[in-house]
Amino acid sequence: MSHPYIPNAVPAVKAAMLEAIGLSSTEELYRAIPAALRMDRPLDLPAPARSEAELLRHVRGILARNVSTQDTLSFLGGGTFPHHVPAVVDEVINRGEFLTAYAGEPYEDHGRFQALFEYCSQMAELLELDVVNVPVYDGFQAAATALRMTGRLTGRRRVVAVGAIGADMRSRIDDYIAGALHIDAIPTAPTGSIDLAAVRAAADGDTAAIYVETPDYHGVLHTEIAELAEIAHAAGAELVVSCDPISLGVVASPATLGADIVCGDIQSLGVHQWFGGGHGGYIAVRDDPRYIMELPSRLFGIAATTVPGEYGFGDVAYERTSFAVREEGKEWVGTAAALWGIAAAVYLSLMGPAGMSEVGDTILAHTRYAIKGLAGVPGLAVPSESAPHFREFVIDVSETGRNTTEWLAAGRSVGMEPGIALDNARLLVCVTEIHSKADIDRLIELFAAPPHPARHGSTATVAAEPVAAVATAAATTEGSAR
Amino acid sequence: MTRLPVAPKPPLRRFHQARWDEPIVFELSTPGSRGVGVPGVDPAIDAAIGDEAALPAAIRRENPPALPELAQPQVLRHYVRLSQENLGADFNIDVGQGTCTMKYSPKVNEVLIRDPRLYDTHPCQDPADAQGTLEIVHRLERMLAEISGMDAVTVQPAAGSAAIWANVSMIRAYHASRGEGAQRDEIITTIFSHPSNAACAKTAGYKVITLYPDEHGYPDLAALKAALSDRTAALLITNPEDTGIYNPRIAEFVAAVHEVGGLACYDQANANGILGITRARDAGFDLCHFNLHKTFSTPHACGGPAAGACGVTEALEPFLPGPVVVRDDDGTYRLDADRPQSIGKVSPFYGVIPNIVRAYTWIMTMGAEGLREVAEIAALNNNYLAHQILQIPGASMGYPETDARIEQIRYTWQELTEQAGISTEQIGWRAADFGVHYWSSHHPFVIPEPFTLEPTESYSRGELDEYARIIAEVAREAREDPETVRTAPHRSTVHLTGHKDFDDPDRWAVTWRAYLRKYPGAGARP
Repeated sequence: MSHPYIPNAVPAVKAAMLEAIGLSSTEELYRAIPAALRMDRPLDLPAPARSEAELLRHVRGILARNVSTQDTLSFLGGGTFPHHVPAVVDEVINRGEFLTAYAGEPYEDHGRFQALFEYCSQMAELLELDVVNVPVYDGFQAAATALRMTGRLTGRRRVVAVGAIGADMRSRIDDYIAGALHIDAIPTAPTGSIDLAAVRAAADGDTAAIYVETPDYHGVLHTEIAELAEIAHAAGAELVVSCDPISLGVVASPATLGADIVCGDIQSLGVHQWFGGGHGGYIAVRDDPRYIMELPSRLFGIAATTVPGEYGFGDVAYERTSFAVREEGKEWVGTAAALWGIAAAVYLSLMGPAGMSEVGDTILAHTRYAIKGLAGVPGLAVPSESAPHFREFVIDVSETGRNTTEWLAAGRSVGMEPGIALDNARLLVCVTEIHSKADIDRLIELFAAPPHPARHGSTATVAAEPVAAVATAAATTEGSAR
Repeated sequence: MTRLPVAPKPPLRRFHQARWDEPIVFELSTPGSRGVGVPGVDPAIDAAIGDEAALPAAIRRENPPALPELAQPQVLRHYVRLSQENLGADFNIDVGQGTCTMKYSPKVNEVLIRDPRLYDTHPCQDPADAQGTLEIVHRLERMLAEISGMDAVTVQPAAGSAAIWANVSMIRAYHASRGEGAQRDEIITTIFSHPSNAACAKTAGYKVITLYPDEHGYPDLAALKAALSDRTAALLITNPEDTGIYNPRIAEFVAAVHEVGGLACYDQANANGILGITRARDAGFDLCHFNLHKTFSTPHACGGPAAGACGVTEALEPFLPGPVVVRDDDGTYRLDADRPQSIGKVSPFYGVIPNIVRAYTWIMTMGAEGLREVAEIAALNNNYLAHQILQIPGASMGYPETDARIEQIRYTWQELTEQAGISTEQIGWRAADFGVHYWSSHHPFVIPEPFTLEPTESYSRGELDEYARIIAEVAREAREDPETVRTAPHRSTVHLTGHKDFDDPDRWAVTWRAYLRKYPGAGARP
């Protein structure tokens, strides 16, 4: 059988095509490749599946070793979040017309241009900013690029970062800005509040940006955005805020509080968890050419065609991109995460303003209910309990007689993932709109009445680093890298 | 002769693209409509927390976002209509986007990934509950190591350019680890390598030196040697280049770079013509990268999500992004994060899992023999299509005397443009009227009025003939009826779009919100 994916492998067809071009074998097609560089053996690869049935059995056999979060009770977040994905989102993005289209020319893939224009336009309403890019790879890239933009805008080399930042995010940013910028992180108090005096003292004449996430890696919604904007602007710096757009039905857009560049991840808007492989990033600015000309990504504009009433689309300010001018462009642009942008467009169209408000309210309520319940468990502490939180918060288990590894094991023994261990003492817990009251009560119950008796006198082995030190010095970055 | 009830088909399809004249989604809004329900707050939760979840005024949103309001069927119809206004590789003869390998993305791979044991898994779950995913990552990395000949592979990069970045970052870390980071501040590439090579190098702080080809279209070895010095960090090069010309002296290029202490990095975004034929390692390369959404069949998805893979030699392995998946002797997979020289993260967690699984699955349907057949048929299809295209008056190849092309060719309409005044861009507009994709090339246009065709292994002889007939017809029109081409498209979703607003800050509008602000009264329906 000739391979079903290779139509011209049919021997008679192949022979006829070779004859048409005056060759006797495909070997002659490789006459340019010197013999010394030719493989003299077949690739050493596993034997392939010979049929779809065999393939399905093989791959599903491997996937059987996974446990879905549908079959366990998961309170895991840390950048990849379990939000509901409406059925219509999957229906639209799995259509072959979208799934298998290239990045497109306006007259061949008009629908893709319009769908992404609508993605940008709906994000713009959430963000209250007039310019949103076609998605970059993920929120890490969006933040890293936003910071590089501020370096170019100001000619300065320093970023002052406040609030909790995940270790993986920090790693990505550090790799990306190396040589152009460096980060000075202001330690965050365990209560989650920002030390504005320290930020004011840090923001100097070489500060390109103040960077903050809200909600931050610990789920804290920072209430000091307007003050940070004022401090940044007084120092001639930009304020870059990373925020999750799913919070913006209820939380004020950072732009309305003075942020200059807003960025983040769009996984929450209709993309499944995919083991952390379903991310896209947005960057948003005002309609000011100074900022727009620093964006590396494609921007799609709306314009007239030769037919009245018809919307056409095309690339705005293309000459700033690496597609147009290679290394003279801003950073680079390439294939990134367009289909997740279309997913977000469908998601936002389904949700509308009321849906976004409701999902925000539900998440705020669930988060507060979980914080309150867990803080009430003897031995557990929620150090930032008094701060507003969205979706995530940190619990301190150091007075429970068990460390985080032991709590993870306890949770897993009853079919639960209670959180992400940040260190021996702290767990990062995530609740969204998909968790019910009963789910959250089960989490509280895990800590209130653990499945196995807590070991006594083991506090020496619990916290590798004193909690106070974590709170004052090391709290700015931590995370999930395993 | 009997008269047939239905006449035979004409030689060219009477195609017309879907034209729904679809409004912008905001124009479809009916206040009060909703597309999907959201879990509300449980009354018992409400009672337990009172107003404790209320946000402080400083960060509370004052007005709800001005999103459109639609019921579910209207949302579905709107976006399905937009989907129809695309030319997916599922149904067009998608050979016009050279360099990008628009091959068939098998449907069984889609069936396999739509499994909650993939899409509903979290990267911080107990590794014991993620053994399947970790195994696929590990197996794919080992397969790509064999296909490239490299010692170690990561599939963490989110796309091809992200993989180029990861390679440049590893090059930077490698030289820094040897105390030569400051000294080696130059990266060399070629004009027929993807622009992201030059752009990533510049972003990483390197001075970029771009080599132009010699008169036969080959990368210029003398120019390389002149550019090399103890400041050279690396050469980033594609082979075959975007011209489809394979550089037979590639091992000499690599050796020359090594001689001055630089690294050689192979852009194999598109390796479709040489799978199982020749490998990066065999030419001496230190690093390479693949695009899983090109050579390894994962769908292009309107421009991503994609996936990239970086392959490196043992000397570069400590710098790979981490953590890496390792297999213990007992067959258990785990994540090794204890890698002090690693460049760190290039993506969240472990990469674009759906595409990693699709690529694994694709290789498992091909095997060694199948991959080699992919390459050979891709090269055969390319040379066969060239045979048809070069018979079209006005079309020729760049560097025509260099005849051995592998998987793609950069052609030129220079003669047609001179004779008929029609540009390659205009040919593309008209090609849309026949239901096919067509692209010129990356900038700058070193070969004048270029177009780049790459037929991959996925198209039948009949489809290649049809594509050539379409291009021939458009070229004929360019001479005989240039107005039709100049005013194209005519049978596409929309008509010729004015581009002058796109470079004017006072007139461009990249969101509906900006459009309404700049053009009061826009969007109003009679």
